[in-house]
Amino acid sequence: MSVVLTLVEQESGEPAETSQEALTLARGIAAETDARLEAVAFGDEGAAVADDLGTAGVDALHHVTHDRLDSYAPVAWGEALAQLAAADETEAVVAPGSERGQEALAHAGATLDLPMAANCTEVDAGDEYEVSRQRWGGSLVERARLAAETKLLTAAAHEVSIESAPEATEPAVETFTPDLSDAHVRGRVDRIEESDEEGVPLGEARVVVAGGRGVGNAEDFDQLEELADLLGGTVGASRAAVNEGWRPHDDQVGLTGAKISPDLYVACGISGAVQHMIGCKGADNILAINTDPDAAIIQQGEYAVIGDLHEVVPALNEALRNAE
Amino acid sequence: MDVLACIKRVPDTGAKIVLTDDQQDIDTTNLGFTMSPHEECAIEEAIQLVEDHGGEARVLTLGPDEAAEQLRTGLAMGADEATLLETDGDEWSPRATARAIADAVRDGDGVSHDVLLFGTESADAANYQVGIRVARELDLPVVTGSKDLEVGDGSVTARREIPGGQEVMEVDLPAVVTVKEGINSPRYASMRSKMQARKQSVDRASPEQASGPGTFEKIELVSPETDDSEAEVLGDGPDAVPAVMDVLRDEVEVL
Repeated sequence: MSVVLTLVEQESGEPAETSQEALTLARGIAAETDARLEAVAFGDEGAAVADDLGTAGVDALHHVTHDRLDSYAPVAWGEALAQLAAADETEAVVAPGSERGQEALAHAGATLDLPMAANCTEVDAGDEYEVSRQRWGGSLVERARLAAETKLLTAAAHEVSIESAPEATEPAVETFTPDLSDAHVRGRVDRIEESDEEGVPLGEARVVVAGGRGVGNAEDFDQLEELADLLGGTVGASRAAVNEGWRPHDDQVGLTGAKISPDLYVACGISGAVQHMIGCKGADNILAINTDPDAAIIQQGEYAVIGDLHEVVPALNEALRNAE
Repeated sequence: MDVLACIKRVPDTGAKIVLTDDQQDIDTTNLGFTMSPHEECAIEEAIQLVEDHGGEARVLTLGPDEAAEQLRTGLAMGADEATLLETDGDEWSPRATARAIADAVRDGDGVSHDVLLFGTESADAANYQVGIRVARELDLPVVTGSKDLEVGDGSVTARREIPGGQEVMEVDLPAVVTVKEGINSPRYASMRSKMQARKQSVDRASPEQASGPGTFEKIELVSPETDDSEAEVLGDGPDAVPAVMDVLRDEVEVL
């Protein structure tokens, strides 16, 4: 029986959200090709995810251990996936649409000399696969045909709805020690430097108050900072505001900045170009504050206030202070 | 120190992307062309490394004849030389692109540059793999997604963002590094340097499209379904604040 392998990253002992999405996509492929669904996890805590993989219908977990793998090593991860794929009759290898998922599978693709389909949203698995994948950060969909002895694909982040398997399984845990050389650990993580920034990181904030060209200068971001504080959130910015030098690039939301999914995104003086919306479309609610009633952000958001943010935001701040 | 920056010519799309009738490409009739912001940063980083350490900066692309326009942008910014790996305009797979670039920089047993820079992903196809595949073809170390780069004695230290901080990687030169916007602020080319770049020669080669086992082929491009429902307008100016408060409290539930 052939196998569909899925790379699973763990976050505090549980499969990361993007990994659960990858598992959902992979289970569909395994069902259509009559294959076993197997997971691959790295690191000391890797085996801890086994319990959670049962609900995803995983038949076995390959827990990859090696004394050279005490920190993340992209080539070695790719190599381990390639060695596992070569060991069995492997139908497909699916990785999450996380930075590590994309990177490790690209290395596996280089090792195996096989094509890789990045950021897939749907897969129709037969002898050949018909896949839909994101281009231009998701503003275009490419339908494509993938044909290879082992198909390599990553699941686009936050596009596949996580579903449990119809029947839970009890995955067997098998330890796998890949054959690694010095070359496989080049470029591994040497150390982590913690940020000394205070406040909620942009990617984890429940509320993001973002400003664009309409803010007009760096000083007026103070009003947005206050609104963010009052809502327990953090400040973001459009590329235009970052290019003006009003905010650091770390605050940038969009195609070439952060892609975020807060409960509320308050877009102040942001027109809503495609490249920006890619960064904030994951938000549950978008509230746009804009002088232009025809701005694209107003078409795309849930709520809008037509007006000058320099008047609306201070008034809102006052109301929030009074409500406390 | 010789540094290579690899870029890709892409349409400069506006608010809405329009497809050709056969759905094979973006309709570029009314569009200009550009490159990814990540790649503008790769060129800037190459120029800065050469300013600090000496040597030459070269900008390279694989694409049609017209892609010389993007190379000239790199020359105008301050790159010393440019290479066009000319194709007939068809889109090449990441694997074929990587092989052609690797062949172009292979120099005996080594490579022609100390640092090979790429954007972390292209603006259009976003396959996330050309830089990695080039490194593996050339048996070079690679770091991806870098937002900070320091070149020391025979090695490069790269940092990339993770939640709550940065992870640090150090590899020996020569090396491949893919960079992200934010690593630097790309300079604007002056009118004078743009004029000069027009006269500079571009090295050209016409590589063969190499394939390998397995295929990945585009069938068509589709515009995703969009949500056309308009936003609920809560009011005009500061008068809207009570309605906003109601929404924050009762509907979005963030208070």
